Amino acid sequence: MTSSASLPSTATAVARDPWRSHPVRIVRITDEIPGVRTYEVAFEDRAVREAFRFAPGQFNMLHLPGIGEAAISISSNRRFPATLAHTVRAVGNVTTAMSRLNENDCILVRGPFGTPWPLDASVDEVSPGGELIFVAGGLGLASQRAAILDAAHDRRRFGRVVVIHGAKTPGGLLYAREYDAWRSAGIEVELVVDDSGGGDSGGDRGWRGAIGTVVTALERLSFNPAKATILCCGPDAMMAAVGRIAVARGVEEARVFLSLERNMACAVGHCGLCQFGPEFVCKDGPVFPYDRIAGFLAVPRL
Amino acid sequence: MHATDELPLERPTAGVWVWLPKAGFQRLIDALAATHRVVGPQVVDAAVVLADLARAEQLPAGVVDEQDGGRYRLRSDPEAGWFDHVVGPHSLKNFLFPARETVASFSREGGSWRQEEAAPADERPIAVIGARGCDLEALRVQDRVFLEGGYVDPAYARRRRGLFVVAVNCRRAAATCFCHSMGCGPAATHSFDLALTEHGERFACEVGSAAGADLLARAFPEPLLPCSADDVAQAKRVPEELASRMHARESVAGEPRPRSLDTEGIRDLLFSNLEHPRWEEVATRCLSCTNCTLVCPTCFCSSVTEVADLSGDRVDRERQWASCFTLDHARIHGGSVRSTTASRYRQWLTHKLAGWIDQFGSSGCTGCGRCITWCPVGIDLTEEVAAIRATDGSVAGPSPQPETPR
Repeated sequence: MTSSASLPSTATAVARDPWRSHPVRIVRITDEIPGVRTYEVAFEDRAVREAFRFAPGQFNMLHLPGIGEAAISISSNRRFPATLAHTVRAVGNVTTAMSRLNENDCILVRGPFGTPWPLDASVDEVSPGGELIFVAGGLGLASQRAAILDAAHDRRRFGRVVVIHGAKTPGGLLYAREYDAWRSAGIEVELVVDDSGGGDSGGDRGWRGAIGTVVTALERLSFNPAKATILCCGPDAMMAAVGRIAVARGVEEARVFLSLERNMACAVGHCGLCQFGPEFVCKDGPVFPYDRIAGFLAVPRL
Repeated sequence: MHATDELPLERPTAGVWVWLPKAGFQRLIDALAATHRVVGPQVVDAAVVLADLARAEQLPAGVVDEQDGGRYRLRSDPEAGWFDHVVGPHSLKNFLFPARETVASFSREGGSWRQEEAAPADERPIAVIGARGCDLEALRVQDRVFLEGGYVDPAYARRRRGLFVVAVNCRRAAATCFCHSMGCGPAATHSFDLALTEHGERFACEVGSAAGADLLARAFPEPLLPCSADDVAQAKRVPEELASRMHARESVAGEPRPRSLDTEGIRDLLFSNLEHPRWEEVATRCLSCTNCTLVCPTCFCSSVTEVADLSGDRVDRERQWASCFTLDHARIHGGSVRSTTASRYRQWLTHKLAGWIDQFGSSGCTGCGRCITWCPVGIDLTEEVAAIRATDGSVAGPSPQPETPR
């Protein structure tokens, strides 16, 4: 017996089970920077592998049974979705357990989830003479790599493309082996570090790049605010500063996009853990236009 | 299902009102129990809770509850009917979104993990007796979370589909009740299969669905006496009169002050006062105990724990209720985003009364008052909102150092 009076019509719709995960094989593990590795995985089930599509900026839930799940950006080229790359820093239970895995080990994946970087709105046909400026603090670059590879692949469709990437030290710059390829595809790569390591610590005396943060690098960058779209990922405080600087330089708030990170258990707006003001970071984000969240980003401990 | 021509002419249909004698209530329970797990209000450990109900005598007849901030007491009242208590700590949430359940299971064979197909649920559909207007609004609010937010939670959907609701129109409000402010009570107006209005030795029973009509037809093969137009009008006046007393905030001598909540512009009021000093003030009283979120009929936060067997080759993912009052709720690497009690209370209140409107198009509060009653220190959200409204725009000084996480 069913209670028709009390059943909303959508409940009868057959919907994808949000708890469905699919086994993947780790096909390659690459050491990136200290404590950070990239795990390339492939779905074991061919039908799943062939059906899987994602957009740059989206994330997967990586599941290590018995340990837990972690929300990790998909950082690979979407033109080759047969293997999906996830760049992970070993900081929590799940990511530390991941660091003990080997190639050919099996884990599980749910996804993809979340909103993508708005690349389509930044192509030349839509926004002629546009300037697409990626700003990535530390591991934030992982959430942008798929978008950068898109821009590199379709370079002619975009106006100017700039990647500003910063880390504490030169050794913390992510995907360093790829910068030459990005540059030869016509992308400007601006690198900046807090500490060149060349001082008393006697570190990397060869650093010739900028000293500072991605925020100071954005302040220094010469660009046309009326034509710029800023895509930013990093710690909250850094993104708040980038948002303020971009707006101060005359970029419309709606053309600044930030990718947030929060705790999440479900990725589909059911568990409530990722809430940020009225937003669910998992499904309303992680990529948000700055005008939508600027007020909340300015409030400590929200 | 019978063909229409086999049914007695008097068979009730949705929208019809009939008289249900209290003496026949057991037959209603029995007919429901043939197809459903029946739960209803009863006194357990000095509180009216929702629990498995087999006999009409288990209902808390002659019992009323006195509720106030941090206070809940039962007393007997010879004048009281079967449902003149209001709401206890339980709500429909306890049954549709249980505090702990397995959402997925995995096993490892030959180095490969496989998700096990969910075993066909052998659980019986649930029938709830005694749901109030606020409970039904909470049901609708949770439906929006679990069924209408773009993704459907399969277990909630399954239980929701089987749910049968016997609602009750309130004749009495506790001092903590403010459903009238939230526009969802005291009358039960939707989402029920049957709705009862108590009247002496019988109930005026409104049929809300075909399933409700079927149940009456099975429980009472002989036709029930239909309510006259006057009977219906009189029954409808019961919650209406209670609503006007609640609106008038009529204080009864010796009883606590009745609550109300001014919801005018409440979203913008709260979101424009995120740095109001009241958050720090309430944090000096709030114990971060999570009671308010556990008794709230709409709070839906949960976390997932991995439960492995000894071999580690079989793993269940168990979802359990979570609370924004814990440090774990907003934990990311480097610690909790909301490291202070003030920030956690602010999250709860602003989500419930402001963010919810953006997320789901309605308030997350139904005015049931459970969070007031079951708060061990009697924090009252209606008071907190009123305090912020009275000093709209105040801004706290430099925020204190985050407390050391415990």
